[in-house]
Amino acid sequence: MFLTQNLLEALESLTSNKLRSGLTMLGIVIGVGAVIAMLSVGQGATATISGSISSIGTNLIFVIGSTNEEVTIRRPLTLEDANAIGDPLNAPSILSTSVLYSLSRIKISASGETVTMAVTAVTPSYDEIRNLEMADGEFISEIHMNGRASVAVLGVTTAENLFGSSEGLIGETVRIQGQPFRIIGIQASKGGSGFSDEDDVLYVPYSTAVSRLAQRSGEAPNRVDMIVASAVDASAVPDASEEIRQILRVRHHTEVGKDDFTLMTQEDFLSLTSQIMGVLTIFLGGIAAISLLVGGIGIMNIMLVSVTERTREIGLRKALGARRRDILIQFLPESATLSIFGGLIGIALGAGLAFLVGQIATATGNAFTPVVGLDSVLLATLFSAAVGLFFGIYPASRAAGLEPVEALRYE
Amino acid sequence: MEDWVIELKDIRKVYRMGEVDVNALDGLTLRVQRGDIMAIMGPSGSGKSTLMNVIGCLDRPTSGSYRLDGKTVSELQDDALAEIRNRKVGFVFQSFNLLGRSTATANVELPLRYAGINKGRRERAQEVLRLVGLEERMEHRPMELSGGQQQRVAIARALVNKPAIILADEPTGNLDSRSGAEILDLLLQLNAERGVTLIIVTHDSNVAARAHRTIKLKDGCIEEDYVSDAKPA
Repeated sequence: MFLTQNLLEALESLTSNKLRSGLTMLGIVIGVGAVIAMLSVGQGATATISGSISSIGTNLIFVIGSTNEEVTIRRPLTLEDANAIGDPLNAPSILSTSVLYSLSRIKISASGETVTMAVTAVTPSYDEIRNLEMADGEFISEIHMNGRASVAVLGVTTAENLFGSSEGLIGETVRIQGQPFRIIGIQASKGGSGFSDEDDVLYVPYSTAVSRLAQRSGEAPNRVDMIVASAVDASAVPDASEEIRQILRVRHHTEVGKDDFTLMTQEDFLSLTSQIMGVLTIFLGGIAAISLLVGGIGIMNIMLVSVTERTREIGLRKALGARRRDILIQFLPESATLSIFGGLIGIALGAGLAFLVGQIATATGNAFTPVVGLDSVLLATLFSAAVGLFFGIYPASRAAGLEPVEALRYE
Repeated sequence: MEDWVIELKDIRKVYRMGEVDVNALDGLTLRVQRGDIMAIMGPSGSGKSTLMNVIGCLDRPTSGSYRLDGKTVSELQDDALAEIRNRKVGFVFQSFNLLGRSTATANVELPLRYAGINKGRRERAQEVLRLVGLEERMEHRPMELSGGQQQRVAIARALVNKPAIILADEPTGNLDSRSGAEILDLLLQLNAERGVTLIIVTHDSNVAARAHRTIKLKDGCIEEDYVSDAKPA
């Protein structure tokens, strides 16, 4: 009863000075809006990236060279390593393996168009392991591999860049570094994943690449950039990882604790991503929180002005019998109202901003949905209410502590 | 039978102004009978305002004892003093001191709110407003009222909690002579009808002439204290 009256009076006092209340509120609006926008964009990005990582398959193990700088003796991963891992006698938990060897900045030309792009050299089971689907034709087979055939599989974007269309290209010829390659397949579109266009690819058989396109001199023969192994199922990934480690340690004669290779599973990617995005979100949220703090100081400032302006009124109220807490609960609702309304508007603004970011991202080809989570809304609401109370308490207690005689005499 | 509503005994109030102590009240002793009309006069700096603040429980004396309506209040803490002001003292100020954003009724309700009275609060406020002759103006805001009407609202506010004393500080100081006379008549009439003790601080000897008793202050002491022939109710 008493509180509703105070709330009404607070509203009345705030609306009697609309511009001032509005500007004060703006500080909180921007602060909360920034927090909400940052958090929801961060969460959306995490969800999108996690989604695309999940889509690469739960049973895959990627083997790359060691990232540990303390390992000085390094043997490169080779095709033979991949074959050894792929041998079911050595590694019963592994279904199949493939290698990936990337050749960057290769000139590709066809029908008068020339593009410069990376060529990916792979072994035949790569399409099965990575779940690649063909829109047209077939993927590289054992026969192509063994025969070092000059054949290529194109992604949709690459095909369109070169031929203006991705239809009816089987049997056509592309020139890779001037050498003719026959197109045997077009990979079905995978869509953008946010970072790179997975349809802008060109696959050739590993054997052909090594013998005809290899550009790196002085490298070990049959060197590969990455070995991709698929475990028999997702639960076999830990066993499969251990088998790979054993095989490579023997083959590379590594010292104990100095593996010259690194294993990455989907889980590693996911935890790495969430770790990075978590840090990023906290960082952005922290910056946004600073503007909320500034907004809070704005509230305190304006409440102090309000208290000074109403010194006589406070004196009068005290003369009429208002106690300390009566004055406190007169002023606190004002700052609380400012911050709560500011917070609500800020949530709407932040959600709108996040939505806009999502729209822009989608329009530029990176499908992305910002997530305005309940937790970030709650966080922002609580935070803004706390800011309002915290920064309202000092001016209110200053008002409550005024001497009635002094306050009544104030001009 | 003597019935003292105010008993001040050896009251001192010392202010520190820079390096020197100023004795605003210097061992003042005063008793006021219930239902009396008393005027306090004196030049500025005589301790008039300080005395009014002490009587109104807005300020505590440095030393001495003060009993108001049978209760010793000179030792009370802030919130207890606020309660005494609320229940026992009605203030009427020179500049009315109404809340500009609130209606006459809401202004009069204010002391009842601080007394924690919710039930029938509005009715009580309206009843007192009728008593001061403002039945037509109850939902008006101070800006829509004349000075005399505003002071009537203030008097209604002072009366609403049925105080033991009404303390009026230059109640006619901001009014023209006609409304001033009306306000004074109203105060005297309330004293006559309700028996409320009336203490008026004033410069105006015409106002003081209407009081039953007049004290004149000088240098924090009572210089003159005389009872006129006009009989209080």
